Amino acid sequence: MVTETLLEAELHRLAGSVPDPELPVLTLDELGVLRGVRMDGPDHVTVQLTPTYTGCPAIEAMSADIERVLRDHGVAEVSVVTVLAPAWSTDDISDEGRRKLAEFGIAPPRPGGPSGPVPLTLSVRCPHCGSTDTELLSRFSSTACKALRRCVACREPFDHFKEL
Amino acid sequence: MSAALALGDDALVLSHRLGEWAGHAPVLEEEVALANIALDLLGQARMLLSSVGDEDELAFLREERSFRNVQLVEQPNGDFAHTIARQLYFSVYQHLLYEQLAAGTGEFADLATKAVKEVAYHRDHAERWVLRLGDGTAESHERMQNGLDALWRFTGELFRPVEGLDVDGESLHGSWSSAVTSVVERATLRLPSGPQSSAWSAGAGRQGLHTEPFGRMLAEMQHLHRSHPGASW
Repeated sequence: MVTETLLEAELHRLAGSVPDPELPVLTLDELGVLRGVRMDGPDHVTVQLTPTYTGCPAIEAMSADIERVLRDHGVAEVSVVTVLAPAWSTDDISDEGRRKLAEFGIAPPRPGGPSGPVPLTLSVRCPHCGSTDTELLSRFSSTACKALRRCVACREPFDHFKEL
Repeated sequence: MSAALALGDDALVLSHRLGEWAGHAPVLEEEVALANIALDLLGQARMLLSSVGDEDELAFLREERSFRNVQLVEQPNGDFAHTIARQLYFSVYQHLLYEQLAAGTGEFADLATKAVKEVAYHRDHAERWVLRLGDGTAESHERMQNGLDALWRFTGELFRPVEGLDVDGESLHGSWSSAVTSVVERATLRLPSGPQSSAWSAGAGRQGLHTEPFGRMLAEMQHLHRSHPGASW
C-alpha cells in the first residue's frame, strides 16, 4: 500500500469509523475491510474496500455510508471501489473487534483461517457463560459469515463468526 | 466463448436453483444454509458476469441458448437428497477448480482465492449430508443413492476443456473422482457405474445446449425483469 498523506490518514480514520451495517458494534476499520484512501485531486477521494464474502450484500450499504461520511466532512467527490486481492480473512479483524464481538454475544473467529476442507477442531467459547463445551448446530446462520452453535453448559444458542 | 461466462453462469444458475428451496427446506437450518450457499454463488456470478458485460442484461435478457453453464447445475432440485447429490458433485468440482485457479496467475486468480474459502464450506456441507443420509435410515439411504445415480450422467461435462480457462482437466477429474468416491464409500453408498455423459444429450451446456427444465427455470427467473424493465427496489 502506498503511504498516505496526513489528510489521507485523517480521511481513512473517518471512513474507518463507519459502523458495519450488519454488525454495528464493529467499525469497518476493526472489521479490516478498508484497504486504502487516496486523494486523486483537490476534491476527489477514492476509497478501497474489500468484501468479507463475495456475495456480501452489506458492501453496498458500506459504500453509501463511507460516501456520506466523507461528503459531510467536505469532500466533494467520493468513489468507493471494491478490491479482491489480497482476499479478506477473519484474521483481518482487529483484537478490539474480536473483544467487541464477544461482548455483543457473537463468538469471535479463531485465528488462522482454514485452508482446504474446513478443520473445526479447536473449541469455540460460549460468549454468554464462557464454557468451551459448545456444539455446532449449522455451518450457516443469520448471515453468510456466521455459524450457529449451542452451548452445552448453559444451553444458549449463539452465533459464531466462522473462520474464513 | 468467454470462460468468465461459463463460470459465471454455473454460479448464477445453481444459485437460482438453491434459492428455490426458500420456504420448502426440511428444517429451518437447511433453509438458511441453502440460501447462504446461494448468496455466495450469486456473489461469484455478479463479479464474473460484470467482468464481461452488464450483469442484469446477461442474467435477465439472454435466451436459453446463450447460457454457458454445465447441465448439472440446471437440473431441478428434486427431493433434498437429490439436491445434496448435485451439491456434492458440483461443490467438490468447484473447490478443486478454484484451488487450481487460485494457485495460478490468470484473470480468475483473485476471485478464486477469495471464493475457494467459501466453497470449502459448501463442500463440507454437502459431504456431511451425504454421510448422514447415506448412513442413515433405509429410506434416506435409498433416496441419497437415487440422487447420486440420477445426476451421474451430467458429471462428465465438468471436466471438458473450457476455452480461456487454464486448468488441467484430467488431473481435476482424477482428484474429483477420488474425493467423491471416498465420501460415497464412507456413506455406505455405491458410486454410480454408468457413463458420465451420454452420447448425444448430456454434456453440452457449455455449447448452449440445455435440458428441458432449464427453459422453465429461466422463464421464472427472468419474467419480472422482462415484464418491468428497469424496475428496482
